[in-house]
Amino acid sequence: MWKWLHPYAKTQNAYELCRRLQPWFVITALITFVVGMVWGLAFAPADYQQGDSFRIIYIHVPSAILSMGAYSAMAIAAFIGLVWQVRTAFMAMIALAPIGAVVTFIALFTGAAWGKPMWGTWWVWDARLTSELILLFLYLGVISLYASFEDKHQAGKAAGVMAIVGVVNLPIIHFSVEWWNTLHQGASITKFDKPSVAPEMLWPLLISILGLALVMAAIFIRRLQNEILRRELNRPWVQTLVSTAREK
Amino acid sequence: MRDSLNAIFRRDLALAYRQRSELMQPMMFFILVISLFPLGIGPNPEILQKVGPGVIWVAAILSSLLGMERLFKDDFNDGSLEQIMLSATPLPMVVLVKVFAHWLTSIVPLLILSPLLALFLNLTEDMYWALLCTLLLGTPLLSLVGAIAVGLTLGLNRGGVLLALLLLPVFIPLLIFATAAVEAASLQLPYNAQLAIIGAMLLISLAMAPFAIAYALRVSQN
Repeated sequence: MWKWLHPYAKTQNAYELCRRLQPWFVITALITFVVGMVWGLAFAPADYQQGDSFRIIYIHVPSAILSMGAYSAMAIAAFIGLVWQVRTAFMAMIALAPIGAVVTFIALFTGAAWGKPMWGTWWVWDARLTSELILLFLYLGVISLYASFEDKHQAGKAAGVMAIVGVVNLPIIHFSVEWWNTLHQGASITKFDKPSVAPEMLWPLLISILGLALVMAAIFIRRLQNEILRRELNRPWVQTLVSTAREK
Repeated sequence: MRDSLNAIFRRDLALAYRQRSELMQPMMFFILVISLFPLGIGPNPEILQKVGPGVIWVAAILSSLLGMERLFKDDFNDGSLEQIMLSATPLPMVVLVKVFAHWLTSIVPLLILSPLLALFLNLTEDMYWALLCTLLLGTPLLSLVGAIAVGLTLGLNRGGVLLALLLLPVFIPLLIFATAAVEAASLQLPYNAQLAIIGAMLLISLAMAPFAIAYALRVSQN
């Protein structure tokens, strides 16, 4: 597998791969995201207790799950970069960070909008809300550390160390705040026994999760391409790319 | 190796002793921040007792952040850090010694001041002992984890605010467990469990942080 992966450490190959994958991700992302949203927001049955306002779950839950998923992906990229000295991995890490931060913000925002009718308040210092907020701070820390360095290679290494410190801390933060205070409902899908969501609500939810993941992947691929171009501006292959694009 | 570590330890202590006024500043800050709280929320002793542990811990975290930058800054600026990195002594050991010296000179004075502050905030005796235990176990953790971020921001001109932005989220679990321990003590409950968790976090960071600090210094030194 390493032999197969190794060429993509070279930025030019990674760029080419992204360019080839881009349309596939865009198409599948559009289809699944639209299907998931329309099914969830318009056709799924209303909740017997919460009525139609529960439908925000189809945005809230995917963004909450993927905010954590994006952080782990970012930390894995940072780990690969630090251990195997792969420059492309740092570019991937920093391409992913703002996407993760935005998704975390969406999860917090939709959570607040859902909390207002359900709990009667925009914000409570509940365990999951708090750990999601801290996750946002961790993302912002990585992004601002990266932004403060002139030398972007050094910036990647420094932000990578911070991302890994964050990922070691995340479970501790999660359990500490859980122990500290809990109002949020327990996990409904990830429980190992039968899920406690009705199947006609669960399916659109799963499709929304997949849809948002694909949307994020599509944006990530485009951001990675941009990052590679920006960092490799003086390489011959980028120069020829630019000049052929200009001729067209 | 032991000789050189010993020499670094004594050098750091001597340097700290010669810059006493600089060491005083975080202590003054610690006292000032804590005396702002009674002024801000009113002198009611019961309320002060309720918020006291949290206030002391938040002030301790902030003032340790304030003194943290001194950890490697001077050595980085005058080039002695580079010499240390070139020497045969393993860098993780050296940073461990430096962090310990820093903890002794800039955090332990805060611990010595803590009875006074407990008095200010009307803490009971049980609460004070719990507070002291959490500070004793928790502040080395602050120094060890903080040193990673200090190492990373070393080459930057204005690292101060960034340092706080990076570190404060990471310190949250410590704050939660420490204040929970003091709260348990105020209700006459055992607080061994919270202390054990803080101790476990300290041991983990003791095992891993020196390597992360050493790597961070190498990144900054390029």
